[in-house]
Amino acid sequence: MRLESLYREIILDHYRHPHHAGLREPFDAEVRHVNPVCGDEVTMRVTLKDSDAGPVVADVSYDALGCSISQASASVLSDLVIGRPVSEGMQLHDEFLALMQSQGEGEPDEDVLGDAVAFAGVSKYPARIKCALLAWMAWKDATAQAMGEHEPA
Amino acid sequence: MTLDVARIRKDFPILERQIHDGTPLVYLDSANTSQKPRQVLDALADFYERHNANIHRATHQLGEEATQAYEGGRARLAAFIGAADPAEVVFAKNISEGINLVAYAMGNATAAGQSGRFALGPGDEIVISEMEHHSNIVPWQLLCQRTGATLRWFKVTPEGRLDTSDIDSLITERTKLVAVAHQSNVLGTINPIRALADRVHAAGALLLVDAAQSVPHMPVDVAALGADFLGFTGHKMCGPTGIGVLWGRRELLEEMPPFLGGGEMIETVWMERSTFAPPPHKFEAGTMPIAQVVGLAAAADYLTEAGRDAIAEHEHGLISHALEALAGIDGLRILGPAEPVDRGAAISFTVDGVHPHDMSQVLDEHGIAVRAGHHCAWPLHRAMGVQASTRASFYLYNTHEEVGALAAGIREAQRFFGVSGG
Repeated sequence: MRLESLYREIILDHYRHPHHAGLREPFDAEVRHVNPVCGDEVTMRVTLKDSDAGPVVADVSYDALGCSISQASASVLSDLVIGRPVSEGMQLHDEFLALMQSQGEGEPDEDVLGDAVAFAGVSKYPARIKCALLAWMAWKDATAQAMGEHEPA
Repeated sequence: MTLDVARIRKDFPILERQIHDGTPLVYLDSANTSQKPRQVLDALADFYERHNANIHRATHQLGEEATQAYEGGRARLAAFIGAADPAEVVFAKNISEGINLVAYAMGNATAAGQSGRFALGPGDEIVISEMEHHSNIVPWQLLCQRTGATLRWFKVTPEGRLDTSDIDSLITERTKLVAVAHQSNVLGTINPIRALADRVHAAGALLLVDAAQSVPHMPVDVAALGADFLGFTGHKMCGPTGIGVLWGRRELLEEMPPFLGGGEMIETVWMERSTFAPPPHKFEAGTMPIAQVVGLAAAADYLTEAGRDAIAEHEHGLISHALEALAGIDGLRILGPAEPVDRGAAISFTVDGVHPHDMSQVLDEHGIAVRAGHHCAWPLHRAMGVQASTRASFYLYNTHEEVGALAAGIREAQRFFGVSGG
């Protein structure tokens, strides 16, 4: 059935039991992104910490209002990027964006994208791609702002 | 007269479509855009195949035929809404452009330093309502920003009716224009336009009616409503996209400055300045969507032939059925009036535990086309305390079986997402 290829069990699990949800202190940047098509919104906070390898994502916290796809995506994203260098997180963002633009043809690497591979089916539904990307766009924006905060004066 | 729905359905080729792998189409998204009958498609093809030429300027036979088809279309649309004079019918690409036409004309009157009813300034007020489509909100916000006028609005009651309890403080001598929907695209609520018109006129203001959701579904008579401007969109009434109507009282159209400048809207052009054609041509710059006007006139004829009272009666039966069927589903909240009184055939709802996007996805799997989101009425959704909703909207070609399919599909979505349905 087509529905199961869209709503993979992993997505429904994250939707019902989202990881890292809620807004936490402290944070370096906070953004609010909206999907103007449906009014779904996510408020996302990003906290960075410095390391020898450059800035690392210390925490991502969020308040997401939206469909199962958009909520699950925020949950999966936070699992993936927390604890990673920002540069790796940005690479994941690019990989995920490419997967969403693949029109169902993408062959995602589970070793790289983890649970996010479950969203591959979403790329066949043009109306839903924005749902899956909402949290990622917010994270990229918030991280860029947080990086600005971290730049030496 | 009763609508012969089985016969009507045969006029709409798309209703034979199957969705995905052989699921019959259940099209419940007509408030978004309606389907087109063969008669309209034929009129479009016939125009392009036999009569295509530009209008008003070609002195050959095809040009005359095309002009006749276009202006004849104007006359048929004037009759369709009870307009006193075809010159009161201005063609625009849709109602959004029609509303913008009035808003920009008022801005132009202001910029030109005109006095009179179209010029605005600080202290003047435009009144809208919380249940408006964005196309009847944003143009007025922009106009108020340009002129310093103030935007005010009616609220909606929890039942989804226009809250007129503060009408005395809302409509005053400061009010220049009131712009409200005849029928809400989300709630289905039909607003008391006639009573409102009397209040608006008593205050010396103008009334613009967004009739995008009423003209396709019921008899509408501009004179009986008491409107000063009334707009609607062709593609929601079995017509083509890219064409809509702004009707305005003749004296207002004569006084109102133009919106778009260009060919065909002028009387004389010098290098320094121009004078303008009388209405309606003053507001129709450039080559208009000629074939689309022909198609829209065919759509108006089609609806007249089917019987607009009969259409309204059929849709009343469908919405009564839908209100009852959906009220029986656990966790489902209907936005808007629960009773089929002063209520058109659009029904928006939320279901606990199933986001509207997910609901419409599951319904689509069963061939049922609905709309999910805020339906271009974000402030209304905020007022109703929801972020988004699912909307099913019915038209003359829908059946009671399709109402049943909707209710079954909603329950299926509840099962899929593990929500206990009723």
